[in-house]
Order: sequence, then C-alpha cells, then structure tokens
Amino acid sequence: MTQMMNDVPEHPEYAARLIEFEARIDRGEKIEPDDWMPAKFRLQMIRLIQQHANSELIGALPEGTWIPYAPNLRRKMALTAKVQDEVGHAQLLYRAAETLGKPREEMIEELINGKSKWSNVFAYPAETWSDIAIIAWLIDAAAIVNQTIMANGSYGPYSRALKRICYEESFHMKHGEDMIITLMEGTEAQRAQVQDALNRWYWPIIMFFGPHDKESVHTEQLKRWGVKPKTNDEQRQEFLGKYMPRIYELGLTVPDPDMHYDLEKDEWVHGEAPWQEFYDVINGKGPMSEERLATRRMAYDEGKWVREALAMMERLPHVVAS
Amino acid sequence: MEPLKMLLFALADDELLMGHRASEWTGLGPILEADLALSSIAQDEMGHALLFYDLLGALGETEPDSLAFGRSPAEFYNAILCELPRGDWGETLMRHFLYDLAEQVRLEALAASSYAPLAAVATKLRSEEKYHMLHGSTWLKRLGQGTEESHRRLQSSLDQLLPYAVGLWETIPGEAALVAQGIMPPSNTLRDQWYATLTSVLTSTFALPALSDIAPVEGGRRGEHSEHLVSLLDAMQLLHREFPGAKW
Repeated sequence: MTQMMNDVPEHPEYAARLIEFEARIDRGEKIEPDDWMPAKFRLQMIRLIQQHANSELIGALPEGTWIPYAPNLRRKMALTAKVQDEVGHAQLLYRAAETLGKPREEMIEELINGKSKWSNVFAYPAETWSDIAIIAWLIDAAAIVNQTIMANGSYGPYSRALKRICYEESFHMKHGEDMIITLMEGTEAQRAQVQDALNRWYWPIIMFFGPHDKESVHTEQLKRWGVKPKTNDEQRQEFLGKYMPRIYELGLTVPDPDMHYDLEKDEWVHGEAPWQEFYDVINGKGPMSEERLATRRMAYDEGKWVREALAMMERLPHVVAS
Repeated sequence: MEPLKMLLFALADDELLMGHRASEWTGLGPILEADLALSSIAQDEMGHALLFYDLLGALGETEPDSLAFGRSPAEFYNAILCELPRGDWGETLMRHFLYDLAEQVRLEALAASSYAPLAAVATKLRSEEKYHMLHGSTWLKRLGQGTEESHRRLQSSLDQLLPYAVGLWETIPGEAALVAQGIMPPSNTLRDQWYATLTSVLTSTFALPALSDIAPVEGGRRGEHSEHLVSLLDAMQLLHREFPGAKW
C-alpha cells in the first residue's frame, strides 16, 4: 500500500487528529478499536499486549512442569487451575491484541520463531517445588502491581482484559503466599529450600519491571498516551513497598546487601541488579530461553494436524457437529 | 481387602490417574481453547478421586493424600487404560471418551446402589460427567470428519485403546458379594450396555469390532499394572519420598 494514511505525522490531517486524541486521553476516555489512533500508538500497543500474552503462555511452562509432581491433591488441583488461568490470560490478551489488527496465529508464530519478546522471569528454571511457591507468590504479586497500573491505561480492550486478569492473579498470589507460609512451617529442609529459591529469583524479580527510567527511551511518550501510566522505577518501588516487609516478616532474606529502607526518601533502596543479564535474557539468551521456545514449538507442531482438521470443518459448514 | 473397598479404590484410582494424565496437557494443548477445556476436566477428575477416597476414609482407610501419594503400584486398582501415557491429542480425546462413557454408565448404575454414601456421590457426579461426554463427542465428531490424517489418527487410537477400555470392566475381586448385596450390578452387564452405546455413537464415523472379538487387557483391578504406572507414581510421589514428614 502506497497511499498515506492519516495516522502518520506526515499526513496533513494528523496534527489536528492528534490534538483530539490526546485530549480524549487527558479526559480519561478509553480508546476503542474503531477509534482514530496514531500508527505509532497502535504499534506500541500491539507490541505491549503481544509481549504480555506471550509471557502468560510461556509462563505456563515452568509451573506446568511441576503439576505431575504436586505434593498433595489440593495443591495438584490448585496448580492445574492456576496454570489453566495463565493460558486463559494468554487467550484473552491475544484477543485484545487482535482488535488492533494482528491475527493470533501470526503472533503465536512470531513467539515460537523467537521474533517477539516475553518476560525475563520465565527464562529461568523452576528447580524445586519452592520455586513454584515463590513464582505464585512474588512473580504474581509483581505482575499484579504492573497490571493494576496498566489497567488504567488508555486502550479499552487491554484495560478491560487486565481488570479481569488482576482479579484472578490476586487468587494466585494468595495461594502462593499460603504455600510459602506452609513450607516455612514445615521441616528445616523445606525452609532452606524456600530461601534458596528466593535467592535465585530475587534479581530476576527486581528486573521484571524493566530497566531504570533513565535507561528507557520511550517512557515520556508512553506515559503521555496512557500506554504505560507509571514508569518502571515507580512500579518497582510500589512492589518493594508492599512485599519487602512481608518477606522479612516470614523469616526470609534477600541476597542484596544494599537492600534497606531509606527513611528520608521514604522508599526501599536496592543494590544494582545484573542488568547485562537482563538484556541477554530478553534477547533470548536466558538459561531456559531456548528450552521454553522449543517446548512451545513442539506443542505447536504436534497440534498442527488438529488445527488443520478444525480448519477443514470450518470450510465445510454442512458437516459441523451440532 | 473387603470387596466394597476394592470397588471404591477402583473408582478413585481410575479418576486420579485420568486427572493426572489430562493435566499433563495443561499449557501444551493444540489450541488455547482445547487446553483450557482439558484442564477443567483434569481438575474435575481429581476432585472426583478425592470424593471416592473420602468414602474409603469413612470405612477406616487413611486420609486421601496418604492414599494417593503413599501407596505402591501393586496397591493401585485402576484399570490399565488410565495409566497409559497421554499419547497425541487424538489418543487423549479417544481415551477420555471411552472412559467418560464408561464412567457415565457406571455412575448411572451406582446412583441406585444399596450403599447409600456411594449412591449419593454417584448422583452428584453424574451431571459433571455429562459435560465431559459432550466435550468428548463434539471433538471426536470434528476430528473424525476433519482431514484424512485426523480420521486415521483417531481410528488408530480407537483400535489401540479398545482392549484397554474393555479392561475397565474387569471383575472387581469379590464382586459376586457386591452384586448380591445390591451395591453394584455385574461388571459384565455394564460392559455390554457401555459397548452398545459406544457403538451407536461412534459407528457413523469409525469402524468398531464386535465386543466378543476384543481381547481385554486386564489385571488392574487385582493390582497388576504396566510399567507406565511405575513411572507415573515415581513422579507423582517424588516429593513425599524426598521430604518425609513435610507439610505442603
């Protein structure tokens, strides 16, 4: 297509449209799929929702691996339900991204071909049952902080999907906290395993919120357009404020000698995270990046004959099962 | 062991292992919607197992988690069908359909059991199994009529699984006494009823042999299993063995 659309700055109508668009956002209105939006907003939004959907789908893997090993019937059912919720979130989010014009099949293919990103935390191994408890508690807690903020964003379908997701995540988080409390009341070996898991997950969780604001190029415009209502550092601070006290209360520590509460600044101060590792991980070089994608690819390839059969049924409506 | 307990173990262990195998698909289904539906079924089956283990508890057995996580393979009384590896999506669907239909026939019969606690549980579970049946038959129709490949895969799963599925109806040790007390109808009667329904549902899409031509794979109801149960329980009971006395 060579014809210029009015959603790019080069088009004569763009400036006036943009003023109207930004005024709507300032009034707190949601942008809906058929509304005018800058091409750049559309692209940023697709990228954001797609990465979030990817993260839910990949995030099902480390926990799903542990379903067969869950130690009692209640935990086994709860973990199955939780992983099922994550898959459900992926479904909701891909649908929200589809409203911006990108088909789900294309997004899933980009995911398994390594062309689209997903959250750093799922590129690490879940080595023990305690890892499952830490993931359900702290990673879901971090996700709630992030998603509650993003739910106030300007794109209607994403915002509504996030409201529902946050509601479910808060069950997961409570379930995770309950697991941690039970394990901490267990044997010495169990307590040691929880601390070991937290030691390994601490830095990935700190980095989950993304690089410091000063390193992040798009922050101002994303905030202006309500794509990302609060910055990475603001989100990280909110998480630490809520969960550091709880971590200490439960008798756990973090592997960060600089971690302290600064009374004057009224905030938690953490040490410098291994940011090079973060960039490596989000660029597909995490300890489990390859393996996660390989699993997804395998599931996708093994399901190909099923999708083909379903597609065939759609082409032959007269034999569709009632 | 008394026959009533053997029956309840058979019911509970079948459900637990079907649930366990179904949950192996969670996160890995061929489409997201399929993944979600099978995960729900997995949770239902595990929940049903829990109800049957509770009935055993009322008869003096230990609590459900110790029953599920503390027994050796020879102390499991599930049919071998339920311990087989999940296979491809077609095999999983076919196995669930064969099982769910048997489950429906069994629960209908047990709802009239003279043992009131069992009759109550069977009555409660009947409605959920109806949804499982609907899920299964819809999928089998779609894949059975989809492509040549999908039909071939499902037909081959059916051929392979039928001898194991007939094994679901292996006589419970001491069954004659249970039948005499009105606790259950004879397994053979239920089997014939199951196969008649199965044939009527599948025959337009798949080829089925006569019941008398199928050599059932049995042993499960006596605690004799395939190696698949050993590896399944190795995984399921791992943490129990690794952390004796732990809380979860």
